[in-house]
Amino acid sequence: MHGIVKHFPGAKALDGVDLDVLPGEVHCLLGQNGAGKSTLIKVLAGAHQPTAGTIRLDGQEIRIPHPVAALEHGIATMYQELDVVDGLTVAENIYLGHELASAGFTRRREVAGRTRRLMERLGHPEIGPHREVGSLSAAGKQIVSMARALSRDARVIVMDEPSAVLDAGEVDNLFRVVEELTGQGIAIIYISHRLEEIRRIGDRLTVLKDGVTVGRNLPVASTPTDELIKLMTGKDVEYAFPARPGVPQDAPVRLVVDGLALADTFQDVSLTVRGGEIVGLAGLVGSGRSEILETICGARRATAGTVTLDGRTLRRGSVTAAVSAGIGLAPEERKSQGLVLDEPVYRNVTLASFARIAQAGWLDERAERTASQEQAAALDLRPRDVDRAIRTLSGGNQQKAMLARWLVHGCEVLLLDEPTRGVDVGARSEIYALVRRLADAGTAVLVVSSEIPEVLGLADQVLVVSDGRVVRSAPAQEIDEHQVLDLVMEGTSA
Amino acid sequence: MTEPTAVQQADLETKNESRTRRPSMFSGPAGRNAGLVLALVLICVVGTVTGGERFASLDNLMTVLRLAAVIGVLAIGMTFVITSGGIDLSVGSVMGLTTVWATTLATQAMAESFHWVVMVFTAMVVGTVAGLVNGLIIAYGRVVPFITTLAMLASARGLAEMISDRQTQRVQSDAFIEFFRREPLGVPILVWIFAVVAVAGWFLLNRTTFGRRTVAVGGNAEASRLAGIKVQRHILYIYGLAGLTAGIAGAMMLGRTTAGTSTHGTLWELEAIAAVVVGGTLLVGGRGTIVGTVVGVLIFTVLTNVFTINNMSTSAQLVAKGAIIVAAVLLQQRFATRSTPT
Repeated sequence: MHGIVKHFPGAKALDGVDLDVLPGEVHCLLGQNGAGKSTLIKVLAGAHQPTAGTIRLDGQEIRIPHPVAALEHGIATMYQELDVVDGLTVAENIYLGHELASAGFTRRREVAGRTRRLMERLGHPEIGPHREVGSLSAAGKQIVSMARALSRDARVIVMDEPSAVLDAGEVDNLFRVVEELTGQGIAIIYISHRLEEIRRIGDRLTVLKDGVTVGRNLPVASTPTDELIKLMTGKDVEYAFPARPGVPQDAPVRLVVDGLALADTFQDVSLTVRGGEIVGLAGLVGSGRSEILETICGARRATAGTVTLDGRTLRRGSVTAAVSAGIGLAPEERKSQGLVLDEPVYRNVTLASFARIAQAGWLDERAERTASQEQAAALDLRPRDVDRAIRTLSGGNQQKAMLARWLVHGCEVLLLDEPTRGVDVGARSEIYALVRRLADAGTAVLVVSSEIPEVLGLADQVLVVSDGRVVRSAPAQEIDEHQVLDLVMEGTSA
Repeated sequence: MTEPTAVQQADLETKNESRTRRPSMFSGPAGRNAGLVLALVLICVVGTVTGGERFASLDNLMTVLRLAAVIGVLAIGMTFVITSGGIDLSVGSVMGLTTVWATTLATQAMAESFHWVVMVFTAMVVGTVAGLVNGLIIAYGRVVPFITTLAMLASARGLAEMISDRQTQRVQSDAFIEFFRREPLGVPILVWIFAVVAVAGWFLLNRTTFGRRTVAVGGNAEASRLAGIKVQRHILYIYGLAGLTAGIAGAMMLGRTTAGTSTHGTLWELEAIAAVVVGGTLLVGGRGTIVGTVVGVLIFTVLTNVFTINNMSTSAQLVAKGAIIVAAVLLQQRFATRSTPT
């Protein structure tokens, strides 16, 4: 791939990315969230069309107008969320979309035979062709996904964080399979956040940052970790973060989380948030940070520990109890978890505040509009019109509407999960300033973000989460991006 | 990768936005209802042209409204269920069950010694309980509404047959029959009841927290939950409400036919669903309209009336109705993508 550029309306996701992959090598792709890795592999898989640049395969320039074309060229992609059909058998999954059939009847025996040979080639003869895929572990499903790639005679296999769903033993197994595949001359593009894995399996690596290749074909063995992290973090983030006025020592402690745990997700999380303080949770996807917020607000039932607000312990697993106590969550997936998209802004804003807006079950739409308009003005919602369907607002303004919901409710503890996801760069500083202003007014804020600079820039106190545990807690001034990355990347693999 | 990417969604949004800006008489709730009323007027014109006096008379109008009343009450309850993103296939058979239960010897004996209202009350309680059972299984057992209410459809019908021994049970109370024959201001009492239920339904859906929650749960259940709404309990109430309307419809059916039988209401759930969907309530939930439902019910009843006046066989009527349902929903989908509620 050379000079790949991909423009999206309003944003440049890729801005001249080069990637050279040799046959039989494991080429690692490294970069922070938003660096453009996903976009790049979608271009390779035919899901996105590049705005400029060329892709060559064995010296021939090729075009990948749609996903089937990618497969025809021998490029297969294994996505993070494994795309296998649980209800079908192993053989049916492997040949899905290119069934071996005569006159519409599948040639079952031949399919079974070929599946067996593929499984042997992958070193997993114990997975029979007639097993139902739903009964396999994540690792097993991954093998099926790989077998599917091989059944298409793939010469390049893209693996997007394949180890994220695996435990240590399964990772060893995956690596053995990867070695076998490269031994057969197949090129692997391997995406992972875990440096330790990259060191074990990778041959060369390419580093992306902000849609640009910043490190090209570096030898994995001889490039020091320091340099890699420097490449990934690179220049400073351009967003302006508001100044920290410092939390007064006598600020009351509002939220106390003590020994909170959720089975198989996170253990023993304890933290306190004072009024006027912003506490940030930094960690990788899958580290448990979002789940911590969801458990605090009762959307998941904690298996141990307590959440206490102003001295009152909240009932476990009840969002209603958390909300009426004054905790509001602005969820990660704003559209699917936060908003009723086809409803107007004001109805989204008042969704949590019926107790305040309605009398004996009767709504007062005028009061709803007034309350929403007040918040719209205070938060500078654009457009100011609260009767618009919230679907038509930009990401940043939708986020403001989410904040408005909790402000109308009178929440004094805000949990913000990825507050700037889907918010364009210009609006980010505005959200940051807003959050800080809320804190200055005495609100206790707990922020989760996968963008480490965001956590460091916004929060007063930073907790680093790795594999479901808080591994470090420090004032934001005393910790830098490098240290956080070090903690989450080296600390994760078991 | 089934999730649409942020970018695809952004694309979608801009499309939607450009669509909202294109003015159309069918965009917005008022416009949608105007389209429906237009269709109703059109059918009436066809009726008048083909049927003449037999269609365009006050007598015939009252006949149509009387027929529309019972199914209309069912459809009001169904509007709430569908708006919340669910479906209730059992309302027809639950209605049949309420007519049977309200006319058992025991109930009628009690009604005789006390007041005929006991029968109405019985029907309403039986319907509500059946609805709450649906709601419990759906909300707390997490069984999909389609299956739960399909099971209730079969069970309620079977229970009605067991209770009535498949016999038709005549209403003994003359006062009961007398009441349902009344025509205050020249309008049959059944039509009055439908009107009251429809108006109450409109207020409930548009002016109360119950209605707002129904729309929110149907539009995005997860967002509603994270906003602190007790989603499961609300779903329980909604199916209870649908059961209650089935009970009211059962009492009305008793008044109209003066007899309870297990076959009352066979396939009426489909007619109620058809009326609701043709009326503009989204089958996927998140948007509901009582006015649309009322007009939807009227469209189907007037249509049947026109067909009957023109001596069309019932079989041909069914085919025509099916075609109209599909056409209406196809139109609805086109308008739905073009308009966002304002």
